[in-house]
Amino acid sequence: MSETNEAPAILLDRVNKWYGQIHVLRDVSLTVAQRERVVVLGPSGSGKSTMIRCINRLEEHQQGRIVVDGTELTGDLRALDTVRREVGMVFQSFNLFPHLTILENCVLAPIHVRKMPRAEAEELAMGLLKRVRIPEQAKKYPGQLSGGQQQRVAIARALCMRPKIMLFDEPTSALDPEMIKEVLDVMVELAESGMTMVCVTHEMGFARRVADRVVFMDRGEVVESGPPATIFEKPETERLKTFLSQILRGH
Amino acid sequence: MSGTAIAAAPSPPHLRPRWGAAVIRWLRANLFSSWWSTALTLVLVYLLLRWAWGFVDWAIVHAVWSVPQTPKGPDPTACRQLQGRGACWAVIGDKWRFILFGQYPYDWQWRPALCVVLFIALYAISAMRRFWRRELGLLWIATLVVIFALMWGGFAGLGFVPTNQWGGLPITLILSTFGLAAAFPLAVLVALGRRSTGMPVVRVLCVAYVELIRGVPLISLLFMASVMFPLFMPEGMNPDKLLRAQVAIILFAGAYLAEVVRGGLQTLPKGQYEAADALGLGYWQKMRLIVLPQALRLVIPPLVNTFISFFKDTSLVLIIGIYDLLTAGKVALADPAWTGFASEIYLLLAVIYFLFCFAMSRYSHGLEAHLARARTR
Repeated sequence: MSETNEAPAILLDRVNKWYGQIHVLRDVSLTVAQRERVVVLGPSGSGKSTMIRCINRLEEHQQGRIVVDGTELTGDLRALDTVRREVGMVFQSFNLFPHLTILENCVLAPIHVRKMPRAEAEELAMGLLKRVRIPEQAKKYPGQLSGGQQQRVAIARALCMRPKIMLFDEPTSALDPEMIKEVLDVMVELAESGMTMVCVTHEMGFARRVADRVVFMDRGEVVESGPPATIFEKPETERLKTFLSQILRGH
Repeated sequence: MSGTAIAAAPSPPHLRPRWGAAVIRWLRANLFSSWWSTALTLVLVYLLLRWAWGFVDWAIVHAVWSVPQTPKGPDPTACRQLQGRGACWAVIGDKWRFILFGQYPYDWQWRPALCVVLFIALYAISAMRRFWRRELGLLWIATLVVIFALMWGGFAGLGFVPTNQWGGLPITLILSTFGLAAAFPLAVLVALGRRSTGMPVVRVLCVAYVELIRGVPLISLLFMASVMFPLFMPEGMNPDKLLRAQVAIILFAGAYLAEVVRGGLQTLPKGQYEAADALGLGYWQKMRLIVLPQALRLVIPPLVNTFISFFKDTSLVLIIGIYDLLTAGKVALADPAWTGFASEIYLLLAVIYFLFCFAMSRYSHGLEAHLARARTR
């Protein structure tokens, strides 16, 4: 866990967001310390994806403050650039660029955003593809890979920017069951390397194993938050108890 | 375990039916499936053969290939005596240089001929993927400069030829090549502008441009460029007529192509934009590296469709008195010696147009197939 004098990696302070008349985030406050791993749980429509997408401003919040690594997200484009360089994101649907090879997917942002020389970027990318255990696929196109492989490429692609923070938006929800483990293994390894992570997922095993803190959201609010043992064994609110009973029924 | 079937060994592969048998089956199913269908097939085959024989009879068997030259010019009596039973190809032998090069001074027609060759070489080189590099843009600029230098002349012993004497195929190629080469980047910008959410003024301008231009026929746009535009210009500032027609064509093609490109942009999933944003790519990087390469290859068929239709639409410049290929053909017919032999000339024009359009169509087919192979979804 973090030392007390370190600035938080992510700070959300009474954040509100509306889609038209629908209030999707209600006074959400959340602090993520450096190197902390936070798992966000909640039923669908609870605002967890919207919350995580506000952190790199894929969605704009309308009220409250979001400060990422010391930079506040406002309308300012330079602040946005700074934040997006430091925050990597992995999507539910991978979102690899289908017209580029795996290697090109990985080196694109380092070359064009970080202005890294191509040779250096390729070396970095190959190193990370090794780390996610698919260096032999580097010359292929995303459409030729399985879902699990594509998601591991997506993780490597985000890591190529050497981010300080990684956001995961339901990274295993679009995968066939037999491929979930290979992606979770990579994420566990990443967590153990000390990366700051915010992860929206339904994988309870993953949450128990790596999360420092589990945050439960429902109807746009943070309802409960605490260490995984407390959240899973001693839920306080009815909403969390209902949610846990619903998702554990299948396990 | 009743009710569960287990295949202990993989079933042996079935042989694929022979090709000849497949053809016969297809014929039977599609052309001779019933009494009515058989009768219709036979009638159509008969009409087709009759027509084909009639054409061969006219175009080859009874055709006149050349006529005697007299001091007063060609003598088309032999053609007149045919009374339409055979084709008079002599008209093309006599008029082909006028059709291809219009009123360009006869002795200097090697210059437009060379320009046509340069254009075709430029297309051929641009079509080859191994030349798709930055230098290709320079090659285009260089070639187009050479083409204009050759057409105009006025240096190094080449006589000066004003644009109102240019004509025929070079005009068609100039109008369509410049038209599409300039309209395409314009179209991409307009399509992006029309979808931009952050800049409402740009968006309104783009929408207004597309809707205004699309709502007006090309002929009236050409007419405005030719007749009305000079009225509003100060005395002595009157751009060349060909240039004005060219600008009108660029603006017109740009509006149509912009809508095609916009269609491609709309089919791209939102996740592609988000992934590019999340990686920190700026707007132009995102468009150039992620969005346009995917969107444009999705719209190759409608793009080529528009290209082909614009290649042919350049012939509308005849209404403002520019001698493109089609107009030159029409004017050739006005020669009293050759009035009445329109079929032969229009057939030749059709073949020339077809060659260019068909080449475009085949090329786009090949390109699509290649791009589809590159990423098997």
